[in-house]
Amino acid sequence: MTEVVVTGLGATTPLGGDVASTWEALVAGRSGVHLLQHEWAQELPCRIAAELAVEPSEVLPRVRLRRLDRSEQIALVAAQQAWDDAGLTDDLDKERLGVVFGSGIGGALTLLAQDDILEESGARKVSPFTVPMLMPNGPAAVVGLEFGAKAGVHAPTSACATSAEAISWAADMIRAGRADAVVAGGAEAVIGGLPMAGFSSMKAMSTRNDDPERASRPWDRDRDGFVMGEGAGALVLERRDHAEARGAKIYAVVAGSGLTSDGYDIVQPDPECRGGGRAMRAAIKQAGIDPKEIGHVNAHATSTPVGDMAEVKGIKREVGDHVVLTATKSMTGHLLGGAGAVESIAAILAITEGVIPPTINLENPDPALDLDVAANEARKVELKAALNTAFGFGGHNAALLFTKP
Amino acid sequence: MALSRDEIREGLSDILEEVAGVNPDDVADGKSFTDDLDVDSLAMVEVVVAAEEKFGVKIPDDEVANLKTVGDAVSYIEKG
Repeated sequence: MTEVVVTGLGATTPLGGDVASTWEALVAGRSGVHLLQHEWAQELPCRIAAELAVEPSEVLPRVRLRRLDRSEQIALVAAQQAWDDAGLTDDLDKERLGVVFGSGIGGALTLLAQDDILEESGARKVSPFTVPMLMPNGPAAVVGLEFGAKAGVHAPTSACATSAEAISWAADMIRAGRADAVVAGGAEAVIGGLPMAGFSSMKAMSTRNDDPERASRPWDRDRDGFVMGEGAGALVLERRDHAEARGAKIYAVVAGSGLTSDGYDIVQPDPECRGGGRAMRAAIKQAGIDPKEIGHVNAHATSTPVGDMAEVKGIKREVGDHVVLTATKSMTGHLLGGAGAVESIAAILAITEGVIPPTINLENPDPALDLDVAANEARKVELKAALNTAFGFGGHNAALLFTKP
Repeated sequence: MALSRDEIREGLSDILEEVAGVNPDDVADGKSFTDDLDVDSLAMVEVVVAAEEKFGVKIPDDEVANLKTVGDAVSYIEKG
């Protein structure tokens, strides 16, 4: 089978404006969550979130910014980093370059802002860039245009599984022979009144407003919902011989991926994690490895009461009780469509650096938690393989298995 | 009092810089919006809306196609 490898990483997150600063904060166990000072936030049930550490305006030119939704801005920032990190240049055959980049919600804040303009000032004042800014394929299109990708630009959208699904599609695209290299990932930037009110009405968000840094606490007995974050992650995937021919450094192998659907409920996770478990099994099967070789799972674990423990059941059943888990969201909050990519980067760096970042705020583990978690302190461990999981509203499940090159 | 051509051009130049990132030094009557200043059709929509507001004129959509250069736009706004 065609081997797909990871040759470039990029990210902008609540912990840092790039991969190095994000990783450093993850290993140190720093929280990116804070109390929102915006006027629009003051009457919301949830007034905490993990906003970007580095504003896109510090990186991109002003005119570029005004024509892009925030999700597109950060998609571009992360993708450019991954491109540069991979050492790719315009010498690449662009007809063999693909992009798979998703967003869970798309340009919702642009939609709301332009609707205000429509109401207050009339149709003529609505920005001519409104449609390309709000369309959910916007981040993919912007990244594709930036690098001149001509093998296909795709935009999966599966809520919080989006960017893990994007990585899976990207690997499939290379395995199917449709591309030599693919920029894959996801971006989300919807920290705003309406999205937060909507999630709050579902009772999905933490209301620990008086203690922001301790609000995202996956697997802890006192978890009360997720904390919204914003951010983007991007990976360059390549066919191994293509990467080797140009002397690229190889972070990891995308050894297997699994995509399944629950067929259970629009928002409730299956309490037995059957669909999620099947995704993990599919990834392991494609990789053709013994589950015992998987030393670490970067779990989806969002800090919600039901989802966290359901996933533990799935991991225990499909991977085994020897793995060390961690929950990146304890520090970044939930990056929604950006989560799978950023957490895949964390899983890959856990392999290359031999360190599993901690799950912070795990003070009183849920009594049903019967797997080992890198609780509150980073764990040094040699890893041959690490799994990343991502699940989304709608019953979308993704599992990605990365191995040492 | 009506604005002079120079004042109109200067105002237009501010708009072009704001919405399309055009260097004010490049703005001159003979310059084409699309070919010389890289103002594409979507950006032009923003320029027109901003110019209407700034100069208190109406620039109908079918007129915009005739405004190929900075000089064309200055003349149209000058006529009011």
